Amino acid sequence: MAGRGRGQLTFSVEIVGIGKGENLPPSSVQPTPLFPPLAQKPVPLQTGEEAEYMLALKQEFRGAMKTLPFYIRPAAPKKGQFGVKDELCHKHGFAYMVAESPAVPKQPKQPRVDKEEIIRKLETLEQKEEDGSSDEEEGEKKKPEEEEAEGEEGYDEEEFEDETDYIMSYFDNGDEFGGDSDDNIDEAIY
Amino acid sequence: MTAQEVRLCGLLLQEHFGDVVEKVGTHLICSGVLTLRALAHETKLPLDLVKKSLCVLMQHGMCAFGAGRRGPAGPVEYHIICEHILHMLRYPRYIYTAKSLYGDTGELIVEEILQSGQMTMSSTVKTVADRLTHNMPEGQSMDYSEVVSAFSRLVETHFLQRCPPMASAGSSSSGAVNTPLPAVTQPTKPEDHPECYRLPYINLTGQGKRRRSSEDGEAEQRAAKKAKTDNSERGDEGIYWQVNFQRFHLHFRDQAIISAVSCKLDQASSEIVRTMLRMSEVTTPAHAAFTQALSANEIFRAFPSSYNIARPILDQYLTLLVDDPMEFVGRTGDSGGGMYVVNLHRALANLARATLESVVQERFGSRSARIFRLLLRKRHLEQKQVEDFAMVPAKEAKYMLYTLLSENLVQLQEIPKTPDYAPSRTFYLYTVNQLPTARLLLQHCYKTVGNLIERRLYETKENKRLLEKSQRIEAILASLQATGAEAAQLTEVEEMITAPERQQLETLRHHINKLDSSENQVDETIFLLESYINSTQAPP
Repeated sequence: MAGRGRGQLTFSVEIVGIGKGENLPPSSVQPTPLFPPLAQKPVPLQTGEEAEYMLALKQEFRGAMKTLPFYIRPAAPKKGQFGVKDELCHKHGFAYMVAESPAVPKQPKQPRVDKEEIIRKLETLEQKEEDGSSDEEEGEKKKPEEEEAEGEEGYDEEEFEDETDYIMSYFDNGDEFGGDSDDNIDEAIY
Repeated sequence: MTAQEVRLCGLLLQEHFGDVVEKVGTHLICSGVLTLRALAHETKLPLDLVKKSLCVLMQHGMCAFGAGRRGPAGPVEYHIICEHILHMLRYPRYIYTAKSLYGDTGELIVEEILQSGQMTMSSTVKTVADRLTHNMPEGQSMDYSEVVSAFSRLVETHFLQRCPPMASAGSSSSGAVNTPLPAVTQPTKPEDHPECYRLPYINLTGQGKRRRSSEDGEAEQRAAKKAKTDNSERGDEGIYWQVNFQRFHLHFRDQAIISAVSCKLDQASSEIVRTMLRMSEVTTPAHAAFTQALSANEIFRAFPSSYNIARPILDQYLTLLVDDPMEFVGRTGDSGGGMYVVNLHRALANLARATLESVVQERFGSRSARIFRLLLRKRHLEQKQVEDFAMVPAKEAKYMLYTLLSENLVQLQEIPKTPDYAPSRTFYLYTVNQLPTARLLLQHCYKTVGNLIERRLYETKENKRLLEKSQRIEAILASLQATGAEAAQLTEVEEMITAPERQQLETLRHHINKLDSSENQVDETIFLLESYINSTQAPP
């Protein structure tokens, strides 16, 4: 087909039946539609006692199979399967997980240390509440001042440390990015 | 395995056995042969789930194992038998056939064995008797002996067969060399076992037990414990029975031939063909091209007593059948008043051809069907000849031929006059090859069933909330009725479903029923095309 111009065919179209200069239908430039309109209406389904009985048999069989022991349901993900490794992973970060052998399937991690941390947090919050209720009135006045001061300070620090035009987070090299998503280390961190 | 077959197998496995088995099964189909460790590693499923899935598949005869590539010393390799998964589409038809031949008892026996894959005779008899007793009025119960007799009849006519025994691996305590594990490429067929159809002797007497709804939980536990101890006393442990699919397929094939004869000719001819097929049921091997030769005298004697036609009329009918262009019956000799055979393979080919023609007619119209039939009969025709023979105007003939060509139902064959295939000096002939076209249509059928199943799952998922609500309300109603509630309470519960919701449920049920019965109907076409394609292949 390479050679004298485009559109040259290897056989003469007259033989296949297309006459010279005849109008051919335009070539299609898209895939055929997903539900093309039917030229003929399809024949109706068979009805009758036999068809209905077989339909009932089919549906009953399907229902019965779901109750038999052959229907295997996937096991629910178990918590804390890795035990010690969970704690170490949280302390030392992602790098520790890489040292594991690759054959072990990575399950979604539910760290066991959660409960202890939560209990500790609750205790500290309780103490804070007790302290806070006594110092409430003083604290209320101080807090908005402190927040403003912090905000300004933070603002000052970030923007004007070196008198550059860029905020300091512009120069970060992305070490802190993604450090808070320790739970799902299935995806690689780019 | 083609992509459509794999997809359909996956959907069937998911419907009947759940997602885990589906994942394991489809992966094993795509990979061919795998060891257990490789399978667990590649599917990333826990090992025990993979083991359970393989056990389920083997129980139902869909998976087989054999010595691996490293020989008997290495790990065992598993492979899937795809045809058995696709047979799941046909289960309702098997059960219905058993019902029509052997009544309700036969129906329940086949249903139980299909649900469990393999069962011992005693457990089947007990389960079926209990189920039949449950449906009988109060006070009556089904005797085990009736169920045993139905089971025996199923085995005698080869509809049920023993499962082939497992070759024991490496358990040579006496030092003798045991039969090695069958190689993966040559699975043992159940028929190779000489006692395939021998009924074991079991002493099973008693009647079906009726299950009381109040004692359900306890009774089941007691029954389960009793079953474990009972089996060892029955005398048939280790002898499992499975459904003989091939026998059912032969039966369906015979039914198709008989109904084709009765449609084409008349009732009497179909009775003659039915008698001939019945007589040669036992003597004809499964893949034979035609039945054993039967003389006209034998056919006359074997007629059912209710149906009597005179001897000369029988001869005339036989001559008619032989002369018919469909060639269902052939004459092979003159002794005994004429020796006649039923041409099984030719009948299947004709049935497949009729299916193809019908598909073209329903999709493209009767004129395209005429062109298609013409090409089937005349093999190769040029464009001009097609127009002349089909008596269709040139432009329409062209258009129809190109539509059929784009659907791959018609092929273009080049016949060169010169060795350089110059276009001006080459004949271009249209042709239809029946076997490849049948294969193409079979793949379309698999795709169709896959689409039907997916649409049904989609419809169910869309209306999941509504279905769950209606199920809960039905459960509440049932429990209220059981405890004897007033009519007012019942109507109150019923009104919890609003009228438009009822309408929606009704529409949903109608759609799902339509999709299900479409699957059944497509399966009939699948059976015909599969039988034709298998008949053209050399017997294993």
